[in-house]
Amino acid sequence: MTAEDSAVLPARDRTVRPPGPLVIEIEGVTKVYEMGSETIHALRGVSLKIRRNEYLAIMGPSGSGKSTMMNMLGCLDTPTQGKYEFNGKDVASMDDDELATIRNKEIGFVFQTFNLLPRSTSLSNVELPLIYAGRPAGERRDKARRALENVGLGNRMDHRPNELSGGQRQRVAIARALVNDPSIILADEPTGNLDSKTGEEIMALMEDLYAQGNTIIVVTHEPDIAEHARRIVRLRDGLIESDGPTEVR
Amino acid sequence: MNRLRFEFVESFRIAYAQIAANRTRSFLTALGVIIGIVAVTLMGTAIGGINTGFNRSMALLGDDILYVSKHPWATDKDDWEFRNRRDIKSDAAEALQTIIDATPRSQLVKAVPTANAFRNVVRGDYQANAVFTLGTTDEYPEIATVDLRDGRFFNATESRGARNVCVLGCDVADALFPERSALEEYVTLGGKKFRVVGVFSKQGSFLGLFSFDNQIVIPLSAFKKFFVRKGSDTDVRVKMRDKEHVEEAKAELIGDMRRVRSLLPDQEDDFAISTQDSFKQALDPIKTGIAVAGLFITGLALFVGAIGIMNITFVSVRERTREIGTRKALGARRRTILLQFLIEAVAICLLGGLSGLVFSYLLFQGVEAAFPSFPIEFSFGLVLTGLFMSVVTGVVSGFAPAWSASRLDPVTALRYE
Ligand SMILES: Nc1ncnc2c1ncn2[C@@H]1O[C@H](COP(=O)(O)OP(=O)(O)O)[C@@H](O)[C@H]1O
Ligand SMILES: [Mg+2]
Repeated sequence: MTAEDSAVLPARDRTVRPPGPLVIEIEGVTKVYEMGSETIHALRGVSLKIRRNEYLAIMGPSGSGKSTMMNMLGCLDTPTQGKYEFNGKDVASMDDDELATIRNKEIGFVFQTFNLLPRSTSLSNVELPLIYAGRPAGERRDKARRALENVGLGNRMDHRPNELSGGQRQRVAIARALVNDPSIILADEPTGNLDSKTGEEIMALMEDLYAQGNTIIVVTHEPDIAEHARRIVRLRDGLIESDGPTEVR
Repeated sequence: MNRLRFEFVESFRIAYAQIAANRTRSFLTALGVIIGIVAVTLMGTAIGGINTGFNRSMALLGDDILYVSKHPWATDKDDWEFRNRRDIKSDAAEALQTIIDATPRSQLVKAVPTANAFRNVVRGDYQANAVFTLGTTDEYPEIATVDLRDGRFFNATESRGARNVCVLGCDVADALFPERSALEEYVTLGGKKFRVVGVFSKQGSFLGLFSFDNQIVIPLSAFKKFFVRKGSDTDVRVKMRDKEHVEEAKAELIGDMRRVRSLLPDQEDDFAISTQDSFKQALDPIKTGIAVAGLFITGLALFVGAIGIMNITFVSVRERTREIGTRKALGARRRTILLQFLIEAVAICLLGGLSGLVFSYLLFQGVEAAFPSFPIEFSFGLVLTGLFMSVVTGVVSGFAPAWSASRLDPVTALRYE
């Protein structure tokens, strides 16, 4: 980090919170896509344990299977083969509705392209997971408000996505990911559509969230971004190449 | 349960935003539904109007009358069965009356014979065509509402004596005597001169088809003398004591008529008893015709509309594939997505239906103002029918696209460009 950057951003606090109970455990997971006659092995057998209070980065070149892994961890997809347990429950055998419930209650997604509903205000966007959780309107409003304030958007509640900057949109998306108090936050290239300064701001926010007690997985191909995490898993050609604590330069 | 309700509300909110953002597209899609609902309500107003007009006219004729005749009014049997029956003679009414008077606590009050035909009525250079010519007795006013503008009804002496006297409907009187009162003047009916003793007040028409003001009433005896060539078939109109007890009255009348006709117990009735309901049934083909035409247009329009809405919903699903993926990632179940797109389709149809109803209502008011006698009637039931049909169209047309949306794989949906 340059001196100029550190003037804008809070000094990085490298505290590592003590690891909690096991949240995610995958073992020998493969994912195969059939594209017509072609068979793509996106994951060739990966094993991984993630505990509460971890801040993990999944790194690797484009096409190495990062997103596939992320979708799997986020219960958007099920492995072709292998074991996946989320909070001790077997995910591989769950049906669509059970997976939907896990995604709703236990996982907060942050996407590269923000994926906000274009015709809804920030507040409505953040309320959406609470609607799917069946929470009453008053509680939804309160929680969504607090989540937006927590990401510094207390004054943008009634704005629609097209009235917000990229960084602000990603903050709304982060508030939406947080609002249901998930076990884990999954961010797939969260800074990929942002300039580097805004990207750093988002990563600073992630740092805050980690400090507040959230468990975070960030997928990225940028070393600068990965460096924020406390542990880095490197993927190559659908296999884990390395897995260990972040070495700060 | 709460969850479903919240999802419902949210879906309506999104549907509203979606329609508001695509106004032209939504309107064009809803056009089929609009036309369909207009067609069905117009059909409904026409049928409703016929019923009301009918009841109004029936009150004029007297809605407490049983009609005895050789031929039933409405039947699906062949005519020859009835043609070979014995004629009902005019003295049948008298015989009936004797029985009625002798029956304690009879449900029947008065039996009066009638016969009718359509004839031209002439006076000098003036002529009224196809005038409803009714032959009856001086007791006719006891079973029908008779309001006279001028003069009187013919009396018992004239009736029994087959005198050439007549009472004119007001339109006939006005047509033949535009410049002066018809009273005590003569008109020519079937080549014979009849003296006008009375003129009816205006009564109106039956559905604009049959005018009660275009009639001439003469003594039945005179009618028989001049107009009946072969046979002497007559109808008998019998007034009931209480129109709430139609079935008892009918049963009693059948028994009485069998006595009049001297039928043995194993012989079938050789006469028919009709009520206004039978007359009503005679109208059924008209109503069925309107209903078939209306439902055909409605069905066609709704079918075309449904295909349009199905198409637009498929487009909407495609345009918002990523949104569907996002919603699934946030915890939407299949049911949630299905419901959302169904509600969008239903919302478009409901808007179309409401526009159609408003348009029909304005049209109805316009027609009502321009042609007050035209038989139409708007009802709350029609509004409900229209809305119900809109919802059904929405569900039917939205289901396939909504189903396909709900089955989308979340990862594929999120990767969709
Ligand atoms: N839904 C899919 N259908 C077919 N192939 C896929 C699908 N998703 C990913 N792939 C393929 O799997 C491999 C890994 O993709 P991905 O996980 O997106 O990589 P990364 O996110 O690391 O760039 C790539 O070759 C990609 O083309
Ligand atoms: Mg990727």
